Amino acid sequence: MARFNHDIVIVGAGLAGLRAAVEAADQCDVAVISKLHPLRSHSGAAQGGICAALGNEEEDYPLWHAFDTVKGSDYLGDQDAIEVMCNDAPRAIQEMEHYGVPFSRTKDGKIAQRPFGGHTRNYGEAAVRRACYAADRTGHVCLHTLYEQCIKRKVRFYSEFQMLDICETDGVVCGIVAYEIRTGDIHIFNSKAVMFATGGYGRAYKTTSNAHANTGDGLAIALRHHIPLEDMEFVQFHPTGLYRLGILVTEGARGEGGVLRNASGDRFMERYAPTVKDLAPRDMISRFMYQEISEGRGAGPKKDYINLDLTHLSLKQIESKLPEISTFAKIYLGVDPSKNPIPVQPTCHYAMGGVPTNVDGRVVIDEKNTVMPGFWAAGEVACVSVHGANRLGTNSLLDLVVFGRRAGKDMVQFVKETKGKMPIQSDADKYVKEKLSAVLARNTGEPVGKIREELQQTMMDNVSVFRTEETLSRACLEIKKLRERAKNTVVNDKGKEFNTDLLDALELDHMIDYSQTLIESAYNRKESRGAHAREDFKTRDDQNWLKHSLCWMDESGHTQIGYKEVNMKLSQENAKFVPKERKY
Amino acid sequence: MNLEVTIRRFNPEIDDAAHDELYHIDAEPMERVLDVLNRLKWESDGTLTYRKSCAHGVCGSDAMLINGENRLACVTLVKDLKSTKIKIEPMPGSPVIKDLVVDQSAFWRKYEAVMPYLVNNDPPPETERYQSADDQFLIEESTKCILCGACTQSCPSSWGDDEYLGPAALLKAYRFIFDSRDQAGADRLNIIDNNKGLWKCYTIFNCVQACPKEIDVTKHISALKRKVVSERY
Repeated sequence: MARFNHDIVIVGAGLAGLRAAVEAADQCDVAVISKLHPLRSHSGAAQGGICAALGNEEEDYPLWHAFDTVKGSDYLGDQDAIEVMCNDAPRAIQEMEHYGVPFSRTKDGKIAQRPFGGHTRNYGEAAVRRACYAADRTGHVCLHTLYEQCIKRKVRFYSEFQMLDICETDGVVCGIVAYEIRTGDIHIFNSKAVMFATGGYGRAYKTTSNAHANTGDGLAIALRHHIPLEDMEFVQFHPTGLYRLGILVTEGARGEGGVLRNASGDRFMERYAPTVKDLAPRDMISRFMYQEISEGRGAGPKKDYINLDLTHLSLKQIESKLPEISTFAKIYLGVDPSKNPIPVQPTCHYAMGGVPTNVDGRVVIDEKNTVMPGFWAAGEVACVSVHGANRLGTNSLLDLVVFGRRAGKDMVQFVKETKGKMPIQSDADKYVKEKLSAVLARNTGEPVGKIREELQQTMMDNVSVFRTEETLSRACLEIKKLRERAKNTVVNDKGKEFNTDLLDALELDHMIDYSQTLIESAYNRKESRGAHAREDFKTRDDQNWLKHSLCWMDESGHTQIGYKEVNMKLSQENAKFVPKERKY
Repeated sequence: MNLEVTIRRFNPEIDDAAHDELYHIDAEPMERVLDVLNRLKWESDGTLTYRKSCAHGVCGSDAMLINGENRLACVTLVKDLKSTKIKIEPMPGSPVIKDLVVDQSAFWRKYEAVMPYLVNNDPPPETERYQSADDQFLIEESTKCILCGACTQSCPSSWGDDEYLGPAALLKAYRFIFDSRDQAGADRLNIIDNNKGLWKCYTIFNCVQACPKEIDVTKHISALKRKVVSERY
């Protein structure tokens, strides 16, 4: 075991973590811990764009962007945070360009922009070109660019270290416990500031666009430290996952002119969202796709998918703007999108909920937004909340660079103002050591893979796009059984070096913890809002439910739900922002 | 279809040398080799060790030697191999940590050696830095690189010389040297204009064949050679 000392420890090396590291690197001693090599982080899989009202292609303003984000969130997004993000967006994107992001360009050399779902001009009039992009590999180039900037600034990386706990002394977060995958050693990192940028948790679902690594580790560890998770019931299903595989096909495909068609070739989104059609927000399109399928208009022999039609686009447009997704369709489905439509179905994509934070990335732990000292979070693990009940496409990458930077700045300030580090308690790694020993000591029990598969199936069947009291009650029962069974998992690999079998077992425990808060929060919310569609409570109920859910969990897996007010700043200043029915 | 999968195994805590292990498994032609490995690991042998993450060819974690070629396990389908026999080994040219996991620290050191970041010492403008679509196009193919290592670890010049920067690092050098916004091209040329850099590339084209993102790596290295010759000699 080693003891490492740094001013700041950032866990996770996607865009949020790296952006924070870039911000703090010149002023503090920063370490970034990641269970993968940083360039393997899932931010790199983002395709279609990162948005800002740059107005490079047509008139646009941050206030229009804020309106779309508020409306897209089904009014659950905190309007102070949304205002911060949308106002900062043009600066943030220009800064990313200055760092070296190789954006696609307009004829006059500016950053090119294209339309994306839910982004409109003049408060909903028509789709607007707001998404800045680099073909359909925007996340990849942003991830590489920020990693490059970290190399330039000599940030210290601890790659293939799995964080397993945070260290807390007298209510102050002062470090983490990490497992070095290569050696199997447990290390303690002592720091003045700890930041979670651990990403999302889509792997709790059977069909997902998320990477194997997206197991929501940060969420479960926060829960164990009596930090609530906010708005966990809101899980985004992206409309266009490759049929059966769930691999993402960017919304940019529709931004470039692609359309969704049912079995008879009908462009059904014209009926559901007459103004923006195929560029309606994701929650709505996913629901309408399922509606088409359930009413017998799905495509294919089993009538269980929808066609994404790009055949009317020019070959040049597909090759220059959508090369990656075109390759995915060819490789994984054997479909050439320039000749035939791509079979797609909704796929679990993004977590709107997470660890509650304020606009400076500080973790807040109750209804009154009380700050937990020493602790920050940003990115998909966090809930600021700018996405509310449904995120708009391209707002996620923006969220990462805006709030990653703000967290970085705030941590620097905190480090400068804080004299010494809080000491690590002598038993800080006790929980982790006992846990690892217990898993490795068991020689009989169930394999991890089997329980994980049942969890993924349970979440898919009961807690995906449509939910009812019945499906959610079933999921509540199932998750409790899975929790009991997961106490008796057995791993084959008993070794110390690169034991991925052991890591799978630890990740499964994390998945069960946050999945339970997700199910219980969904069960509790008796309305439909954004991505949370209850078939037994079909409408939005602002009178009773215009509030954030907070869900705590105790050691035995019992949950408790509380609520937090939604910040309505913009609606108090501008009548356009007052909640009304969402129509597109 | 029933597959015979031979996997090169090495557990540093037990084995003195690597050995092959044979597995029989049913698989669909459209399954990824990564799916096959996952099912073997999850259903029959938890000790089987490899890296993975995105599972669709964008993160670069799972490059390995599959039937004699460096490929990503997640973009190689069972049907692509045109055989019911699959042999999976760690990528050659790097120390093996365990089973299919190789130590890529030398690969990353070489990446870091070419100043892999944009250098522009002018104060940034109020807007973005403008770049023509043509100038952007010049670097676009090189920016597709996911740094999986399949190229460098299929390169005989790299196998033969531990100090050779290798195709991935040279491609990264190209990405910045040909970026119209960058000002450190001359420094990077100093780093690569020698027999541990550009001139160790004998245009064998293994890198081109290995690249899962279909980047013509050799073309980019040749462009660097031409630039050096026209500007320096």
